[in-house]
Amino acid sequence: MKDKILLAHGSGGKLAHELVEKSLVKALANPLLAKLDDSAVFDFSGRLAFTTDSYVVSPIFFPGGDIGKLAVCGTVNDLAMSGAKPLYLSLSFIIEEGLLQSELKKVVDSVQKAAKEAGVDIVTGDTKVVHRGSADKLFINTAGVGIIAEGINISGSNAKPGDKVILSGTIGDHGIAVVSRREGLSFVTNLESDCAPLGGLVADMVKASPNIHCLRDPTRGGLATSLNELAKQSGVSIRIEEEKIPVREEVMAACEMLGFDPLYVANEGKLVAIVPPNDADKVLKAMRKNGYGKSAAVIGEVGSDKPGRVVMETALGASRIVDMLTGDLLPRIC
Amino acid sequence: MKYISEFRRSELAQGLLTQIQRRSKTPVRLMEFCGGHTVTIFKYGIRQLLPETVDMVSGPGCPICVTANADLDKAIALSQMPGVIVATFGDMLKVPGSDSSLQEAKAGGADVRTVYSAMDALKIAGYNPDKSIVFLGIGFETTAPTIAASVLQAEEEVLRNYYVLSLHKLCPPVIRALLDAGELKLHGLVCPGHVSAIIGSRPWEFIARDYGVPCVVSGFELLDILQCVDMLVDQIEDGRSRVEIAYRRAVRPEGNKQALKLMNQVFEPCPAQWRGMGEVPDSGLKLKKEYQRFDAELAFDIKPVPTREPAGCICGDILRGVKTPADCKLFGKVCTPENPVGPCMVSSEGSCSASYLYGVGFEG
Amino acid sequence: MCLAIPALIKSIEGKEAEAEIGGITRRISLWLTPEARVGDYVIVHTGYAINILDQKEAEETLAMLEEIARSAEEEG
Repeated sequence: MKDKILLAHGSGGKLAHELVEKSLVKALANPLLAKLDDSAVFDFSGRLAFTTDSYVVSPIFFPGGDIGKLAVCGTVNDLAMSGAKPLYLSLSFIIEEGLLQSELKKVVDSVQKAAKEAGVDIVTGDTKVVHRGSADKLFINTAGVGIIAEGINISGSNAKPGDKVILSGTIGDHGIAVVSRREGLSFVTNLESDCAPLGGLVADMVKASPNIHCLRDPTRGGLATSLNELAKQSGVSIRIEEEKIPVREEVMAACEMLGFDPLYVANEGKLVAIVPPNDADKVLKAMRKNGYGKSAAVIGEVGSDKPGRVVMETALGASRIVDMLTGDLLPRIC
Repeated sequence: MKYISEFRRSELAQGLLTQIQRRSKTPVRLMEFCGGHTVTIFKYGIRQLLPETVDMVSGPGCPICVTANADLDKAIALSQMPGVIVATFGDMLKVPGSDSSLQEAKAGGADVRTVYSAMDALKIAGYNPDKSIVFLGIGFETTAPTIAASVLQAEEEVLRNYYVLSLHKLCPPVIRALLDAGELKLHGLVCPGHVSAIIGSRPWEFIARDYGVPCVVSGFELLDILQCVDMLVDQIEDGRSRVEIAYRRAVRPEGNKQALKLMNQVFEPCPAQWRGMGEVPDSGLKLKKEYQRFDAELAFDIKPVPTREPAGCICGDILRGVKTPADCKLFGKVCTPENPVGPCMVSSEGSCSASYLYGVGFEG
Repeated sequence: MCLAIPALIKSIEGKEAEAEIGGITRRISLWLTPEARVGDYVIVHTGYAINILDQKEAEETLAMLEEIARSAEEEG
């Protein structure tokens, strides 16, 4: 096979078939995909969770992961945040002509590995190739379905005053790991993206307590944005304590250097849970037993005073409002 | 983190607050000139924690906020010229000029790149020999020497495609202009810590001597600001008016001689436009004749759009400390961080942005 | 104008150095602080060391603040 992806690879002809069968189907091997029908057909019963996402991260390879791993984990996590057991994913590639075959293979291998860990199958997909300059190396679009067990009712609008807010681990790892590779900002760090599939963690949490009210994964916009979304959706206020929020030293250092606030930096392997106060201990214990929740901590509480508002108490006891992220995080000199 | 975490210890902050509470008898107004200080003050809710006798007001020490529309328009016009890459610190990207912003120009096809350092801009120049790299030189005396160093490095490395659009400004002249305007009764000045690391503490002496306003040079951590307020209150209660350095670990009275040498080798003072204050003599920096070939204003035929000030925006009054964001009819309604009308809302250390983000006046 | 952080110089190559803060490393310029040595802490602004941090002054300031905190508690 030639070393670059060409426009012809996306045109539906022989080269395209070769690409799909040799690179994609073989690597992602599962019975539904192997049928190569226009749609994957399967039975289900019960409540279905359905999500879609697009991935345009740049650079496509970053410490701790790549766009492929991100696509699987991100989609799986969206399903898990509804309390669903993730089952099947669709995967569409939009490839910029000139992408190296070896790069695509690396991404596909990541997809396969991540899917295996998450316990999901990629059952249908699509491949398009566009002109140079029309896609930043590779864009991935996904959709995912999962099943929600009976009795589970998790939604951003369920938070109630008195609930505890639990964070599954350190914030800012992903965003800083990606930024460390960006032109003009590069610095060296051992920090890796926290990109991870959280279906297993959520399953453990739900087992510990079927009363979990809300789950959200704080991706773009960071913890602050997710908390604001939950506060608005549920019509409650949320109060968090700065000292309780776990942040790695390297993330803190990079944020200090570039002028970022870790509250707004993206995460790809963390979740925020809002649980009734009596269930908080059980859920926390279950989270800490799971590899992806070992640094889990209660970081705050839900209130009723100013609906939609998120407030953070600083170490000195003063309070400040924590708003949503507006626009991009940009490095600053001031 | 070494030399950061230690200066955030809350038990030591408590001690300083208690001491300030005990010392402060007379109502006083202190100004923190530097936007970086404004951010720390808002981040920790310091205004809430200080006694009622101490009132703090923010000054025009935000180089983003004080950049005049006409100057920003030049940068935007440059970015839209073919073959030009504008390298800028992130702060300037979203600031609205007369009819656009660098971010909008970028969306329209201009090559605008965010950098953390002038070093990175030099690298971009090296990798793109067929393009012209214009570095947007903003900032006060902390940043100007770094840009001077980049010019000298470009000269050393024979980089023929590196240019600087110098919009640098100097602090002491604008503080003098502020005090002369007499709009504000100031009892003490929190002097910028990193500017002073470069220029030393001596350039502030005229403030204590000629205007009777005590000055304390402060660092940027929680304890630094509180220590500075404590020292100012102490001077005021004692009837003294001197320049003192609280930020002793980073500032010496004579400043950084090498940095000053490089800055004065490459730049010389010139009149500059300050938003809200008009033209202030000798308050800007321009490239000296020997370094003219790096000057973007001379190298390019810049055709900016006609200057227009945003209607209803009182950034100028806010920068001079005579109005607060709450006084602005546009604040939080028409003018928000997503849709800023003026620069005070864009810059992370602008008063309006800090007020909006941290909820000033919020009772907690 | 003011965002600057203390970083430890790990190695020097000509007018540049590898500086470390909180576990991350970044190449910085010593054009403004040619007298800096390995083991010094420098204040870094936009990738340039703008001054060498005086560790003795830092310790003295902290000691003084600790003393203030102590007397504040005693008198309280």
